[in-house]
Amino acid sequence: MSTTTHDTAAVHDDHHHGAPKGIMRWLLTTNHKDIGSLYLWFSFIMFLTGGAMAMVIRAELFQPGLQLVEPNFFNQMTTVHGLIMVFGAVMPAFTGLANWLIPMMIGAPDMALPRMNNWSFWILPFAFTMLIGSLFMEGGGPNFGWTFYAPLSTTYSPDTTALFVFSVHIMGISSIMGAINVIVTIVNMRAPGMTWMKLPLFVWTWLITAFLLIAVMPVLAGAVTMVLTDKYFGTSFFDAAGGGDPVMFQHIFWFFGHPEVYIMILPSFGIISAIIPAFSRKKLFGYSSMVYATASIAILSFLVWAHHMFTTGMPVFAELFFMYCTMLIAVPTGVKVFNWVATMWRGSMTFETPMLFALAFIILFTIGGFSGLMLAITPADFQYHDTYFVVAHFHYVLVTGAVFSIMAAAYYWLPKWTGHMYSETLGKWHFWCSVISVNVLFFPMHFLGLAGMPRRIPDYAIQFADINQIVSIGGFAFGLSQLIFLAVVLKCIKGGEKAPDKPWEGAEGLEWTIASPAPYHSFTTPPEVK
Amino acid sequence: MNQPTKSNRKLLTMLILGAVGMFGFGFALVPLYDVLCDTLGINGKTQSTASTYEAVIVDKNRTVTIEFVAQVQSGMPWEFAPTVNRIQVHPGELTHTKFHAKNLSANDTVGQAIPSVSPGQGAAYFNKTECFCFNQQPLAASATAELPLIFYVDPDLPESINTLTLSYTLYDITEKVGSGLKQGAAK
Repeated sequence: MSTTTHDTAAVHDDHHHGAPKGIMRWLLTTNHKDIGSLYLWFSFIMFLTGGAMAMVIRAELFQPGLQLVEPNFFNQMTTVHGLIMVFGAVMPAFTGLANWLIPMMIGAPDMALPRMNNWSFWILPFAFTMLIGSLFMEGGGPNFGWTFYAPLSTTYSPDTTALFVFSVHIMGISSIMGAINVIVTIVNMRAPGMTWMKLPLFVWTWLITAFLLIAVMPVLAGAVTMVLTDKYFGTSFFDAAGGGDPVMFQHIFWFFGHPEVYIMILPSFGIISAIIPAFSRKKLFGYSSMVYATASIAILSFLVWAHHMFTTGMPVFAELFFMYCTMLIAVPTGVKVFNWVATMWRGSMTFETPMLFALAFIILFTIGGFSGLMLAITPADFQYHDTYFVVAHFHYVLVTGAVFSIMAAAYYWLPKWTGHMYSETLGKWHFWCSVISVNVLFFPMHFLGLAGMPRRIPDYAIQFADINQIVSIGGFAFGLSQLIFLAVVLKCIKGGEKAPDKPWEGAEGLEWTIASPAPYHSFTTPPEVK
Repeated sequence: MNQPTKSNRKLLTMLILGAVGMFGFGFALVPLYDVLCDTLGINGKTQSTASTYEAVIVDKNRTVTIEFVAQVQSGMPWEFAPTVNRIQVHPGELTHTKFHAKNLSANDTVGQAIPSVSPGQGAAYFNKTECFCFNQQPLAASATAELPLIFYVDPDLPESINTLTLSYTLYDITEKVGSGLKQGAAK
């Protein structure tokens, strides 16, 4: 029975997917593994592009005074760096991982809506071509920060703002389509016996993330549309002269923006929840509490947006409400961190590269969480607002949080994707170079912020010079370290030690029951989950 | 194969409707925001229509300081300032004051003043029976105008508030309304 199904699948394969070769294979592909790879490569290219912009920022800030770039260009660099890293690097990387892993983890042959999957990837390069292209046009690219506060993005923005708006529209449509695909796949295509509470946590966290995406990406689309009509068509959503309110922009933006930061961290929680048990050789401690904690973080994320706006002159009761709700998020997050620690407790731990990145994630993400708690304290936030303390905070949660978890995932599943083991020596080099340089880069920013250095400014007072120099050196080192990662991945694709089906002793999940490298079509017959 | 396709389509439709609905919700936030600010009396927004002064009891035992602040949108060639910077009033007492405006440019310009009260919680208790901010203010080139404001403070003003700051920001709306001055232009 199963052989017959397999044969028909193979015939079907030749008929439909076998034909296009070269570039057309990638343009027309509807295979979840191909699309996953496309997403991951795209994300890595964007990571290097956004990273190059960060290098420009750090080079300018190496010394006080203006030496390398014009202030307006500096502003464009901070803006586009942020947009690319959020929408071009972190989010597509997670979608790529979802594409590769979710069907294999739930025992499905592919994503539920493969053609939409192709479309949702292939519109992304256009969005980023438009965004990056606007930098080279007359008047320059977006220079109002990735948060595009009105009136900076309306009254005072460059003529190319329309391109920024349309590129955000396309990014939004792409991630909404990706999210819809993930939900339909998980709801409808689980293998028989794969009940909800048996789903791997990566699948759970992505399911919840997908609902967040569908809830807030359209609100972002609405916000950019209002900016567009305010700037070009004379509406007054954010223009006080016409009866609008610029503070309302911040409310709408952060209604999107705060769930967005959880969109960028929940899948990380899923990744870490797969890797820590594998290298501790123990079952994950508190599986169901992990699921509930993820869901409560997602719900709470809609109730905390105004903690980004404490200094706008909100009434005291609103400040208190948002302060307490924000602090409440520390509870489910704490549940997760303690569960990971309890999983490792008395486990037979080994420290391969994925585990090293996962451990660094737990420690450094928690540091980012603690500075988040400090920022949540309303009176303290008045001091920290818009300083480098905030920059340090969100880089700890996004770089040593989200990005480190993506790196951990790449090392963990590379043997399954490529069929080869990566070079453990190079992987360890990559890890140690990254983890040391990233702390040299971001930790001193806390001190700069506490001492009062404002963010998004190309120049600074002389007393900040020494620390900025250290930070910049850390930045250059971290940027260069990522080239080791590129080398590891390329080397692993080309060859290396043959990977067994299950290269990690303690790993669990359906993806390890199929061959390495994963065949082009997997689980054409659904597996039986006990 | 038919069954999953059908349920896929159903779920797909629901999710797309959800996304479209959230796009609408983004725009619904605009009126929602105004309604919330209005009913809760937050954000320092005062009412945009004249209130009536009827049967208001003046509280002679209490004195509240009212401060006036005037700002001009950067780049707008107008001079705009209160004639009195601060006055002491009793809650419930009807008070007259004036702002002074001068068009420094050689062009006819239309201005719109947007009021804001600080602290924000006090905004709901600041009642204007007449204000230049209710209307657009056209001003011919080099013309000046005295802009009247008549107001009273609601006697229910919370005890904790002793000072109310009324700030006006003047915006150039000539381009939006068209530069042709209306007949009521001050000469």
